[in-house]
This record gives sequence, structure tokens and C-alpha cells, in this order.
Amino acid sequence: MAENSSLALLTAVPAPTGGADWLSKLRRTAVANAERTGLPGVRTEAWKFTNLNALKALEPVAATGTAEIARPAAFADLEAVELHLSNGMLSHTGDLPDGVELVDLADPTAAPDWVSKTLGTIAETGPHPFTAINTGSFTGGVALRIKRGTMVETPILLMVDTRGQDAGGEQTVAAHPRVLVVVEDGASADLVELHTGAGAYVNNAVAEIVIGKDARLGHYKHQSESDAAFHIAMTAVRCADSSTYDAFALLTGARLSRNEVRATLAGRHIEYRINGGYLACGDQHVDTSTFIDHAEPDCASHELYKGVLADRAHGVFQGKILVRPHAQKTDGYQMNRALLLSREAEINSKPELEIYADDVKCSHGATVGELEDDQLFYLMARGISRERARAMLVAAYVDEAIDQIQREPVREAFRTAAADWMQKHIAGAPASEGV
Amino acid sequence: MALLEIKNLHATVDGKPILKGIDLSVEAGQVHAIMGPNGSGKSTLSYVLAGREGYEVTEGSVRLDGRDLLEMETDERAVAGVFLAMQYPVELPGVTGMTFLREAVNARRKAAGEDEIDAMGFLKMVRAKAKTLGVTDDMLKRAVNVGFSGGEKKRNEILQMAVLEPKFCILDETDSGLDIDALKVVSEGVNALRSAGRSMLVITHYQRLLSHIEPDVIHVLANGRIQKTGGKELALELEKNGYADFAEAAA
Repeated sequence: MAENSSLALLTAVPAPTGGADWLSKLRRTAVANAERTGLPGVRTEAWKFTNLNALKALEPVAATGTAEIARPAAFADLEAVELHLSNGMLSHTGDLPDGVELVDLADPTAAPDWVSKTLGTIAETGPHPFTAINTGSFTGGVALRIKRGTMVETPILLMVDTRGQDAGGEQTVAAHPRVLVVVEDGASADLVELHTGAGAYVNNAVAEIVIGKDARLGHYKHQSESDAAFHIAMTAVRCADSSTYDAFALLTGARLSRNEVRATLAGRHIEYRINGGYLACGDQHVDTSTFIDHAEPDCASHELYKGVLADRAHGVFQGKILVRPHAQKTDGYQMNRALLLSREAEINSKPELEIYADDVKCSHGATVGELEDDQLFYLMARGISRERARAMLVAAYVDEAIDQIQREPVREAFRTAAADWMQKHIAGAPASEGV
Repeated sequence: MALLEIKNLHATVDGKPILKGIDLSVEAGQVHAIMGPNGSGKSTLSYVLAGREGYEVTEGSVRLDGRDLLEMETDERAVAGVFLAMQYPVELPGVTGMTFLREAVNARRKAAGEDEIDAMGFLKMVRAKAKTLGVTDDMLKRAVNVGFSGGEKKRNEILQMAVLEPKFCILDETDSGLDIDALKVVSEGVNALRSAGRSMLVITHYQRLLSHIEPDVIHVLANGRIQKTGGKELALELEKNGYADFAEAAA
């Protein structure tokens, strides 16, 4: 069922030729996988709630050239080391702290082992067509290595921006940014990933994350693509013994977005936290799909997503937790809460637990709600207008998810980013420092 | 003219008549108590005055300072000076006490065409008032009423009242669920707010609150109507005989 549409995305970028054997082999397999499966339809279980027809109708051309990337206002004051990926290519590298090594993936021919032996091994291309397309055709990206025992204090700010070069922005462009982060044993770092852009484009991003023993990565993503954009992202994570992954995704942009996070907890005593918030209005479609593979005993996973859907926005949450027979004492928590602000807004929530171990604690839940009448009344009975009261309650609702971000300066930036979205889209919303 | 003037007030909840012709007038500076058995319509009266949705006025009028209260939205009534201290204060996860108070004060200032309040000065003022009511800094920083004990919630209501300085306060079963110490703190807080320009309507089932907040007038509400009006002695009489007489009168 290979469809031309997948090839359109694939051919949007001239297939890189030459290069090292390991890379050519990786790309050949990926291209074969992409051509075999084609783009998923709604009959594909993993995509049943996200219709890709609008994306399939596109005939994008490769995003070329690079542009300056500006920080979104909410992140203006965050002390950070900037890395820019413009149209999928590394276009700016700030002063990296000691113990951090960077490889530009535009030319990984002479890449060190930690790149060549890892890239493509965490994000699988067989079952995931978009990952396959990215792997087959990425023209750039960045690999980061946090060396053994290094504590990186300043967050690394990875700014991913996509936009066409023609002034009119009439031609849809496609970029396939690629990211690899290897946090070695005992190291610690924070990565803040921002996705922005202008005009109509497809940002098909793949990030592979490897976290070593006793290591920690804070990984915080804000997707605020342009209104006409398609954002398809795969984050694939592998954690070793006693490591911590603290992730958050704030999804506010794009016409259609899919944020998929897949993890293998391949050691004991791992603390795996993926939380997030999705805020959508107009005709936006926002899909969050997560998979957690509890492969070893004694690990904890925590997943709280909160959504606010206005107008005709459509949210999707698919969360699967697999607990393998050997993974005793697993402690898994998953919750998706959606707040619908209009009768036409919609949420599809599909929690899925697959548990083969008998001594585990796993809970999951999904709620859909509207604002509570008694809370609105209480605020209004103190003189606060209905509009303002609604906005305050929405902000407070989202805050509960944002509070999950462990790193404080980053948490405040995300709080501001969420408040900025509400200022723009929810009447009467308080200013960023308001609630 | 009375500060609050209720005339022939009828109201329904889910189509069921609850208030069946209430006449009540409260002069400025006065404290009136409304006592009555469960189901007599006490809480309904408080919600009708505050303007809660689902409480439909079918007949009659309510005027505050001569203005038609029933024409106003809930928030407009609050800005006009109505304050309802709730029997069951609502939890507001994610909204801190300080934010809540600041928003409420700024809503009033906005309506009056004034600038937003100075944050530092406001913080000082709230802290001073909070201290007299035993509301800790921690409670102000936490989400409103979340994880508060019954007594803490009621003290928090009185703090809001002290900060917002309303003209007309309705205290709905403020004594319910309080131990004697909390009852004293809350009552002292309320008494400190008594003034010549401010009136109060104290709604309670029991006489005990009225020995701490002494009313000028006591009304007995039963079956949606005021059955009897008198002075302090009426509370003692009710304490002795209960509401049996009125329940019969209602039936």
C-alpha cells in the first residue's frame, strides 16, 4: 500500500548520497520501510484518531537555506546555551559547557562511535513511517553527548524553526530535523526544545535520547509551530539503571500535530516522567501518543497530561504502558484530563495498560470536563467577571500540569508560554504573572 | 430608606417553589439574623441574593441602596457591595489565596475606573488582616480552600469579607462545623467589621452563633416565609422550644 504521498515527503529532500557505510545502510533500510508501509491511514490502529488526508495531499519541496531564529517571548529571559536548527540544519551553536560534545549531523561521515553506534538504534523505522522518512532523508541535525559525570547547569536551548524561503510562502516545505542526545553515566543536563516556524510546512522531527546509569535529563518541549504547519515528532528514549528522565511537552501550535514519545525503561530504579499540556483552538488537531515499556523491575513512570480545547479543536491522547513479566514492583501512573470549552471541541482518550507482572501498582484514568459551575459562582460572587473567572480557572487547570516540570527556571518559562497562549486565545486571560 | 429592601420575594429551584413571599428590610448598620429549620429556604435566600444560577426569582423585588439587585449579574452584585460568606466555601485548585483576593479587589477598582492596586501595599494590608483572623501566610500562598480544615475555610471567608469591605454581608451557616475556638475567632472577625454603613444578614440554624454575633433583629424563616420577627429573646425561645411550632404552622 505504498502511496505516492509518502514518497512526496521523502523526495521533498534530495536523498543524501555517499557518506559512511553505517549511515548508508541505515538510510537504505529506512527508505525501504517507508516505501513498504506508506503513510498511515485511519485504519492503522496507532493513527485511528488522526486523519492525515490533508498532509497526504501536500507536495512539499525541501526546506532549503537557513534563517535567523528568534526566541519566543516566554523564553526571552531563560539563561541557556542556544543551538539553532533552521530548516533541519544546524545554523548556530552557542558556547557549549565543558563536558558537552556536539556533532553536526549534516555531515556525519567521520562521526565518532557514540554517534555511529547509537543513531537509528533508539527510534525504530519499521513500525513508524515518519521516523523512517526522517531517517532516510534528514539533511542535518545535532548530536549531543554529555560526558560521564558532567553536571550541565545551564539548560541547552534547541530552537527548531522551519519556513520557506520564498517571500509569499506559497510553497509548502518539509524539513526532517534529527536530534541525538547521549547522557552518559552519572551526567545531568536539561534540554529545552522549541519548535517554531512561518507559513505552510511539514516539520517531521525525530529525537533519540539515551540516558546512562545514574544520569538525568530534563527534556522540555514547546511546540508553537505556525497555524498552517504540520508537526510530526517522534521522541524515542532509552533509560538505564537509576536514571531520571523528566519531560514535559507544551503543545500549542500547528494545524495538525502528533507528538509521540516512546520509551524503554531498560534498567532498575528508573524515574520516568512525561507530563504535558495541550492547548488548542480553531480547527487545530493535537495528538499525543505515548508508549512506556517497563522492561525491568522497580521503575516508576508518571504521566499527567492536561488539555484545553476551545472552538472546534480536536485532541487525541493515546497512552500505552507495557509491563513485562519480569518488571515486578513497577509503579505506573497515567492520567489524561481534558477541559472542553465549547460544545464542538472533541477529545479522544485511549489509555491502555498491558500488564504481565503480578506485583505492580499501575493506575490510569481519563477525564473530560467543563468548567465547574460552583467554582465560577465562587469567583463571580467575589466580583470577578464571568470571562475573567473562566480564564483564571483555565490557567489554574493547566498550571497543575506545568507544576510537574522539575527544573524551576524552565518551569516558569513554560508557565509564561501557556499564559501567553491564553492571553491570545481565551478572553479575559490574566497576564503571565497573573495566576 | 433601608440598605436592603426585599419585597414579596418568590423563588423556585428546579421549578419547585422555595421562597414564597419574603418581606425583609435591613437598615444600614444593622445585623439581622435569619433562623429556621432545615429546608426552610435559608440557603436559597442567600443564593438568590448573591445571584446564583438555577435560583429563579418568580415574583418580588430586592433593592440594595435603592438599586435593583435582581437586574444585576453575580459579579455586578458583588461589586455593588453584596458579599456571601458561603456555608461550603469552594476549593479552587491552582488559584492562590493572594491571587484570588487581588483579582477580586481589582475587579472592584476596574468598575470604579481606578488603576490596579499596588501589589506591595496590598500584600501588607492583606497580611495584617489575615493575622487577626489566624490566616497564615502559608494559607494565602496555597490554592484557595484546597486542603483547608472546616475552620480554616470559614476564617478565609471572613478574611475575604474584611479585605473586600462589602456593604451588605450574608453569612450562611458560618458556624457550621466550627469548634468553640474557631467560632470565637470567626465571630470576633465579623464583629470587627460591624459599622454604621454596613449591614449583615446572619443565617443560622442554632442560637449559639448569635451569642457571639449579637443581632439587632431576629427573623424565623419556615416554609419559605418569615413567620415571626423579634429581638434577641426570640433566639432563646427557639433554643428552648425548637422549630416545632413553626413547622406545624407551615404544614
